Amino acid sequence: MGLTLNHFLVLGAVLFCIGLYGALAKRNAIAVLMGIEIMLNAVNVTLVGFSFFNQVKPYSTYLTGQIFAIFIITVAAAEAAVALAMIIAIYRKRSTVDVGEINMMKW
Amino acid sequence: MDLATFIFWIVAIILVGSALLVVTQSNIVHSALALIVVFAMASGIYLLLNAEFIAIVQILIYAGAVAVLILFALMLTRTSNIQVRSNPNSRQWWLALVICALVGAGIIFAVTFSPHAVANQGNGSGQVPANVNNVVRIGQLLYSPTTYSYVLPFEIASLVLLVAIVGAIVIGRED
Repeated sequence: MGLTLNHFLVLGAVLFCIGLYGALAKRNAIAVLMGIEIMLNAVNVTLVGFSFFNQVKPYSTYLTGQIFAIFIITVAAAEAAVALAMIIAIYRKRSTVDVGEINMMKW
Repeated sequence: MDLATFIFWIVAIILVGSALLVVTQSNIVHSALALIVVFAMASGIYLLLNAEFIAIVQILIYAGAVAVLILFALMLTRTSNIQVRSNPNSRQWWLALVICALVGAGIIFAVTFSPHAVANQGNGSGQVPANVNNVVRIGQLLYSPTTYSYVLPFEIASLVLLVAIVGAIVIGRED
């Protein structure tokens, strides 16, 4: 037996869970961002896998999964730039990047 | 086991192992370096799936730009010279572990027991017309204004990038 769709879906699921753990369990804001990047990569693996195993003509020639992955990469790059700028701005004001201590919007 | 499956298992094991290193290292610089390995191995997965353009873009944008951005942010937000305990867990990390296990079990249950609309066996050789490679096909889909294409989403994505650049400069500059 060769590669099936389930290989890539399970790989994406495992990677998504690892990223979710990193995003939930870390105190450093940059580590949270790394977890989010891993989750976005897991989603991309799943989408490209669906695109590869899609054999329904003519939709498979539109490469929808790969186009989706390109847009996800674009948005992830924009998100990383804005989020790191925000982390640096917060660090300049508060001298910490601990998400447990940043509570200025908490009431 | 054919060659593609063999390569898949090697790449997948390195991918999951380095992703685990990202979330378990106590030194955050080591986490960032393991993240680069995650990005490179994900690009290997895309190559296995006949997505050459996405693999190259993954190397360029993730392993190039995002990793360097994260390392610069680490350099600018250094709290002490000793980086040993720079990546601590929160107090409720076991709760996060339980949530992740539940989400993963749910996804894998859904994958195993749902009928897929797409074929479960097969390859991407019939995806693109003959004599057209993946990069050319994606270029046609993204840019050509006459046939079925994604021109409008592409323009909106460029607008998103412009706004993100301006926003990052405005947020991150010194007052």
